[in-house]
Amino acid sequence: MKPRLSLLAAVAIISASALAYEVLLMRLFSIIQWHHFAYMIISLALLGYGISGVILALNRERLVQLFPPLIITNMLLFSCSAPMCFLLAQHIPFNPAEMLWTPVQLLNLCGIYLILALPFFFAANVVGLSLYHYKNQVSSIYAADLSGAGIGSVGIILLLSMLFPEKILTALMLSGVIAALLVSIYAFHDSKRWAVLCVIIGLAAILVPSGSIALKISPYKSLNQLLQVPGTKIIDRYSSPLGLIDVVKSEITPLRHAPGLSLNAIAEPPEQLAVFTDADNMTAITRYNGKPETVGYLDQTTSALPFHLKQLSGILILGAGTGSDILQANYHAVNDIDAVELNPQIVDLVQRKYADFAGYLYSSAHVNIHIDEARGYLAATDKTYDLINIPLLDAFGSSAAGLYSMAENYLYTEQSIREYLRHVRPNGYLSITRWIKIPPRDEPKLLATVINALKDANVRQPGQRILMIRGWQTSTLIAKNGIISAEEISRLKQFCDERGFDPVYYPGISESEVNRFNVQQQPYLYQAAVALLSDRSQAFIDAYKFNIEAATDDKPYLFHFFKWRTLPEILSLLGTGGSFLLESGYLLLIAALIQAILASLLLIALPLWLWKSKLGIEPGSGNHLPMLVYFFCLGLGFLFIEIAFIQKFILILHHPLYAITVVLSTFLLTAGAGSYFSTRLSQSAEKSAFMLPMATIALLSIVYSLGFEYIAGFLLKTGSLSHYLFSIVLIAPLGFCMGMPFPMALAKISQTNPALIPWAWGINGCASVISAILATLIAMQFGFTVLIFLAVVLYGIAAWCFPKLTQA
Amino acid sequence: MKRVKHLVFWLVVIGVVLLLFSSHVIAEDDFHRQRYALVNIIKAEVRETREFLNQESLDKQVSDALEKVPRHEFVPDDERPYAYLNRPLSIGFGQTISQPYIVAIMTDLLKLKKTDRVLEVGTGSGYQAAILAELADSVYTIEIIEPLAIRAAANLKRAGYNAVHTRTGDGYYGWEEAAPFDGIVVTAVASHIPPPLIKQLKPGGRMVIPVGAQFMTQYLVLVTKDVDGKVTARQTLPVSFVPLTGKH
Repeated sequence: MKPRLSLLAAVAIISASALAYEVLLMRLFSIIQWHHFAYMIISLALLGYGISGVILALNRERLVQLFPPLIITNMLLFSCSAPMCFLLAQHIPFNPAEMLWTPVQLLNLCGIYLILALPFFFAANVVGLSLYHYKNQVSSIYAADLSGAGIGSVGIILLLSMLFPEKILTALMLSGVIAALLVSIYAFHDSKRWAVLCVIIGLAAILVPSGSIALKISPYKSLNQLLQVPGTKIIDRYSSPLGLIDVVKSEITPLRHAPGLSLNAIAEPPEQLAVFTDADNMTAITRYNGKPETVGYLDQTTSALPFHLKQLSGILILGAGTGSDILQANYHAVNDIDAVELNPQIVDLVQRKYADFAGYLYSSAHVNIHIDEARGYLAATDKTYDLINIPLLDAFGSSAAGLYSMAENYLYTEQSIREYLRHVRPNGYLSITRWIKIPPRDEPKLLATVINALKDANVRQPGQRILMIRGWQTSTLIAKNGIISAEEISRLKQFCDERGFDPVYYPGISESEVNRFNVQQQPYLYQAAVALLSDRSQAFIDAYKFNIEAATDDKPYLFHFFKWRTLPEILSLLGTGGSFLLESGYLLLIAALIQAILASLLLIALPLWLWKSKLGIEPGSGNHLPMLVYFFCLGLGFLFIEIAFIQKFILILHHPLYAITVVLSTFLLTAGAGSYFSTRLSQSAEKSAFMLPMATIALLSIVYSLGFEYIAGFLLKTGSLSHYLFSIVLIAPLGFCMGMPFPMALAKISQTNPALIPWAWGINGCASVISAILATLIAMQFGFTVLIFLAVVLYGIAAWCFPKLTQA
Repeated sequence: MKRVKHLVFWLVVIGVVLLLFSSHVIAEDDFHRQRYALVNIIKAEVRETREFLNQESLDKQVSDALEKVPRHEFVPDDERPYAYLNRPLSIGFGQTISQPYIVAIMTDLLKLKKTDRVLEVGTGSGYQAAILAELADSVYTIEIIEPLAIRAAANLKRAGYNAVHTRTGDGYYGWEEAAPFDGIVVTAVASHIPPPLIKQLKPGGRMVIPVGAQFMTQYLVLVTKDVDGKVTARQTLPVSFVPLTGKH
């Protein structure tokens, strides 16, 4: 029996919608809570797939007899549950910040988890039921599933660019209805009743008042905190895949955003408008009348140091945001300013919407704004600067709470620092400002990264090129493209004395100078700088209670500080309020992994133990164990490669959003094509035909991984469009081959033991749950290259198991 | 018969009143016991953190104040059972009442004398102001969120702290009429320490600021102004944790 085209289209629509829903949930939770729930969401999505596989495996015969009504019901249930489950979940009073104080918060989290797994359960039922119903045509169904997911990954980015995230819930509801309508009209007869039901649900989705789908943002997020102040109101709201932007005006109480201001400062900021990204990360558009003296407060921060070392004529700001660093450069009469900002909506606010308020700052003759990613911009230009400035890009709260621990960041790696220094003129500076943390974490890690970058650039004495100072709130690290002079040291001392800042390091510094104005228990940063610059640097890094190993492009985690051996000590301090020492993002990742492993054991091992015959495993048959290993390895390996290559290609494509979209959709679409093509290989009697895709995956993965620097070097020299085209050309054969092993094995099983197809589908789902989380943990610990090699090993194990699947 | 019924009626009424009264007394007694236990926990924690706090133990006056101020009067009704746990609690409007241990350290860092004049920016529930009122005669407190300010003023009055001066408004410019202050507590910290507050600090005065998000104090900043007007800050970790130990 062959599936109709309409059914394949409906399966593709549901898969597209499920993937879009997954990405949407990540966006929605980034807004209403914090983004580190991303991994929880990935795993809960796939948990729905795992549960579906087990239920289908245990009830397959009964369910498959009801195939037409069941498939439509599941499509409609997905359609309705997608918005409803989210609305329900956001009414659970979950507060992650309270989790360590109040255990009941864990129950709230479980509640959210289970509610949101439901839509994925229905979506998985659609694919799983179809796979079993059309067991002779599994490759077509799987191809529809993968291609749908590929389209979904592009579609959601388009939707996020056009609609507010909460509105997309309605769009997904409609897509489920369209899928059900397609199936009811074209695939099955006697379907008028279903069609009417679809139309009713569709109309309900369209006519539901927009106010009933509103985001309930946590009261502890900084946007809501500010909105408590009388006279504040949101005056503008924009949305894009890069974030939800709110502009807030305060009519009674002036906003005064000046992080890092010296305790000796007298000047206050002028009138400001607050700008929030995802209801957090506040920055400000400052009223500017063209008179630099009105922004004098910006000279009272640690980031102003480079301007006092010498007169600068050309500077580059990486992360211009709402323009305060451009104002700072204006204050110091810099006549040529290049500023790079990733988010075009932020630029638009200052350049157009509030241009008058901001004094037409972004349209000034001496200011050039580039909407680009920092490294992407630098890769495409030969221009050099007196100063490259990387200002504070993240809010203190999220930085300090360890929320960014598992977020890759290519801005602060050895390779990126080398790239910045290549664009710094002789005797120019690279300046990086960070929040002060006690005990210090990212500052020593950044120091280690900068020192390694200098050493890699054949600088014999990095200590002769580094300056660092700190206030009570921020620190600024400067790497000079030349030897620091006595004049510069003298200027640094004067700068610090006037503002009450402490020098952390300069060539020839003495310990008596480093802890005078902002007194810490010990001069931690000075100790770190001295140790990291000495030959006992590795011993210091090993002994430090946090991970301060230099960040590299292969392990781009500047904000990952966790060390297992420190955990017992931190746990013992939780009662006294030591929770800030915990890296919440990383620990949530571990929690998600444990959750996923337990769920997988429950979903795979328990049915195997209790209902072996019900699953379709014949007594005495031994092929179910190789099958378990095969599909588990495929589930792990597929995502390992996909995640590793997304990260690798971010370096070529630069823009994280476009990189993820291009790489992910190419992988999924070509895997879909591979799945469709696999039918031909499955029909071949030659065993080598089954090994061919596996061998190609291994070969391509290893070649790309080992030769990545050369590939990247070559691609970066080509134009922007060529980056994308070449990336697609490189990924396509790999994705094509990766789409084959799963349907080829299913095709084999459909000949020998078709009853096991739903179980295999469930195993693959469970492995994917674990894989998505494990991949990040492995990359954080060992790097992306190791992750790719592990994936190759997993594919090897799967290849070894493959012949055993065919033994009936 | 009627008189017996009358007597029984009044006996029941008196019984109910006595029961209500005694339950109140029992509850108060229970709260006092919990408060006492909490203070002992805080004292022990301070001893463990002495190296970071630069002192051996919690000031006697501060521990007396903690033992005296009824924290349960300053938290919402549904949080009362947790009032004497050593943890922060939600008070609505996205705000929290700090962990008692942090309140204790912050108060201790101010080194207040009875005759001192002290300002609090960010009244919240009013609990910190009540503790300050136990130590200093003149306490001024400002809260920008109006419903919180009204509730805190009522809490303070109900708990008997009538002398605390409360105000609804922006704390950035301090309390000009009452300045200068011997001590300032900034519980609602902005992106920076407001210059006007530093100006309103007396020479020799001390200002304490907790840094961190709600439910999570990262570190405390103690700003001191010496007699010459020179301002310095000390960053204090509220837990006993050294990033590096031993010789390297």
